[in-house]
Amino acid sequence: MASLIRSARLASNAIFQQRLPAKLLHTSAKSHYAAANSPPPAEGFMPGVANSKLIKHTQHDALRNPELASVANGETKKMNLFQSVNDAMAIALATDDTACVFGEDVAFGGVFRCTMGLSETFGRDRVFNTPLTEQGIAGFAIGMAAMGSTAIAEIQFADYIFPAFDQIVNEAAKYRYRSGGEFNVGGLTFRTPCGAVGHGGHYHSQHPEAYFAHTPGIKVVVPRSPIQAKGLLLASIRDRNPVVFMEPKILYRAAVEQVPVGDYELPLGKAEILQQGKDLTIVGWGAQLYVLENAIQLAQKRMPGLSVELIDLRSILPWDVETVCNSVNKTGRLLIAHEASKTQGFAAEIAATVQERCFLRLESPIERICSFDTPFPLIFEKFYVPDMIRCAEGIERAMKF
Amino acid sequence: MSSMDAHKKKERVRVHFPGAVDSHFSQVLEIREKMEPIDTFRVMDTDGTVLDPSLEPKVTEEFATKIYKDMLTLSIMDLILYEAQRQGRISFYMTNAGEEAYIGSAAALELEDEIFGQYREAGTLLYRGFTLDQFMNQCYSNDLDYGKGRQMPVHYGSKAHHFQTISSPLATQLPQASGAAYALKRSGKKNCVMCYFGEGAASEGDFHAALNIAATTSAPVIFFCRNNGFAISTPANEQYKGDGIASRGVGYGMHTIRVDGNDVWAVYKATQEARKIAVEKHKPVLIEAMTYRVGHHSTSDDSSAYRSKKEVEDWKRHDNPVVRMRKWLEAKGWWDESKENAHKTEMRKAVLKSFAAAEKRKKPAVSELFNDVYDKLTPQLLEQKKEIEELIKKYPDHYDTSNYKAE
Repeated sequence: MASLIRSARLASNAIFQQRLPAKLLHTSAKSHYAAANSPPPAEGFMPGVANSKLIKHTQHDALRNPELASVANGETKKMNLFQSVNDAMAIALATDDTACVFGEDVAFGGVFRCTMGLSETFGRDRVFNTPLTEQGIAGFAIGMAAMGSTAIAEIQFADYIFPAFDQIVNEAAKYRYRSGGEFNVGGLTFRTPCGAVGHGGHYHSQHPEAYFAHTPGIKVVVPRSPIQAKGLLLASIRDRNPVVFMEPKILYRAAVEQVPVGDYELPLGKAEILQQGKDLTIVGWGAQLYVLENAIQLAQKRMPGLSVELIDLRSILPWDVETVCNSVNKTGRLLIAHEASKTQGFAAEIAATVQERCFLRLESPIERICSFDTPFPLIFEKFYVPDMIRCAEGIERAMKF
Repeated sequence: MSSMDAHKKKERVRVHFPGAVDSHFSQVLEIREKMEPIDTFRVMDTDGTVLDPSLEPKVTEEFATKIYKDMLTLSIMDLILYEAQRQGRISFYMTNAGEEAYIGSAAALELEDEIFGQYREAGTLLYRGFTLDQFMNQCYSNDLDYGKGRQMPVHYGSKAHHFQTISSPLATQLPQASGAAYALKRSGKKNCVMCYFGEGAASEGDFHAALNIAATTSAPVIFFCRNNGFAISTPANEQYKGDGIASRGVGYGMHTIRVDGNDVWAVYKATQEARKIAVEKHKPVLIEAMTYRVGHHSTSDDSSAYRSKKEVEDWKRHDNPVVRMRKWLEAKGWWDESKENAHKTEMRKAVLKSFAAAEKRKKPAVSELFNDVYDKLTPQLLEQKKEIEELIKKYPDHYDTSNYKAE
């Protein structure tokens, strides 16, 4: 059933791309939505991202980041998020002969274009299609990695990762531990597009990081932008542990940055403070950060002088307790926002840890702004997701407690 | 040829659909229920007599007696460890009784062929030289267990023996075997992957995923199904309705062999041929070895609840893989009663010696609880490690570590 929808979507998406001249494909999402009277692409649009302060529009801006010291003197190139993911995989394939990229529809470039050109450059034995079987892809990837190879496996949508859940949770996560270190699957990375896009409904929208965050032995990473995606993906591929790398698919085209063309990695397990502040700490990851950025602006209009510390968690497992708790100990207030539903979402874990460590510093209850506890509802999406208004309301509640 | 015949012949047109390129159009509506059942290849009868002289194994005495001795050793180890579990000295065990002939498959492999097992394949490790001490250390979860005491008994694994560590979930090893085989093929090594599983596990989705993906990626893997008639208590006739597991191989476009799984030489020959196809043609092969599980599923199972003791005794008496091999060896003049007794006595002593030594050893250091989750301890794990260390100091009687190796 899912496959029907997928192939239909794939077909419409592919046609959509073929009809458009290449030049149009690289213009901003907003303009090409207006230009083409076509159905929206599977990854949707997120107009606010183009003007976000979190996006590095210039080379100077991009290379100021101390985490990019290794490529500080190098070139940058304008890339959107699918192009930077593609660039990371191209580097991984070029620098490691054992590396392979595979999954459903990967050979022709992938339904989100992340693997475009890779099979032509590196050969069909290294970049290839698999049958439509997520548990098979996961098991296959584990087997490759167990033999010391680097396996970069794509699960076409995070909504379809669940047939692979057993392989990821019972096999990949425990491979090193159960063998006492005789074997490991450190060379294993699962890439999977996730998150809301405006029209994805139940099965093209989910953000299932919390399921995996309950699994010792794997790492879970969510990037927010092209620069971050490239560096975090290369780190995930080379990290000696299996990683589930969730790509917010709404950012594939919407987020465009000057991305260093060189080979660089960004640290796993390390959050990044995007904006320093003293009154309130806000933690998010992936596309939610752009919603939070807008919510902060709105709240600052309502509460002039409000100073917010915005943190991109980046790694969900293991997560950077120290950076978050240091911030909350400074501000005394915390808001966490994520796209996944609230009950047992990862915000719950953060809130529990922060109350353990910052109890005497807290000046208001920890706010969790999340999607509601229903399945992802197609036509009600704007009422369901933690949008700018709900986040701004949460900020106000925290500040006025 | 009449013009009518020519007309009919002309009508035999290949379909143009991409999904079944070898099919022809037909005006006969065919509702197919069955294919011809696949034959079961055998070399010896139940008395160990080679049925077709051309199939007489061309092997040395040393090679043949090694296989037999390992079959015998496996039975002796099983008997002792089964009893040890009954006495509460180890927590769990699984025997191989009735299926010992699968050692013939191990004998047809090269040492660097990677094995992905299910759990009832200790004999392949034995064949590769995993020592009795190593078996016992694992079953006792002591400080020398490669798995560092983290898994139940019989979850063996050894990098040196190219035997990936066993995990309890069924059939998960199958798609892994496909991927491992693909990696081997890319490495250019002239090796294959050997993947064992039972007919029950073949009902899991992972079985389908694995065979299909192995076929489409041309992975050099042998899928070896031990069809022993039972998945715990569920008999094969309640497990599937088709012609065993072998019939499915053809459906995946895969070379397929069905073999008498109680006939060491048939298993050996089938695996040899399968290995050639896997290594030389880079293609997967499915082998279905028909056998009968004489033992209980595990020490947690009493099979008399679902099958008669007489049925089991009949199998032991009439089609015993160990006896078949022994008779073959005796006919060759390579084995006799005195050799049998001498090997049994020697192995019983050796097993008991290893057993006692393993039982005496301490468990791995408590810090091993936290190692190997990741390549390095995370900040969270470091904190949790500190937590238990402090509690151990505070409550030394409750958290008695005297039986664990010192840090």
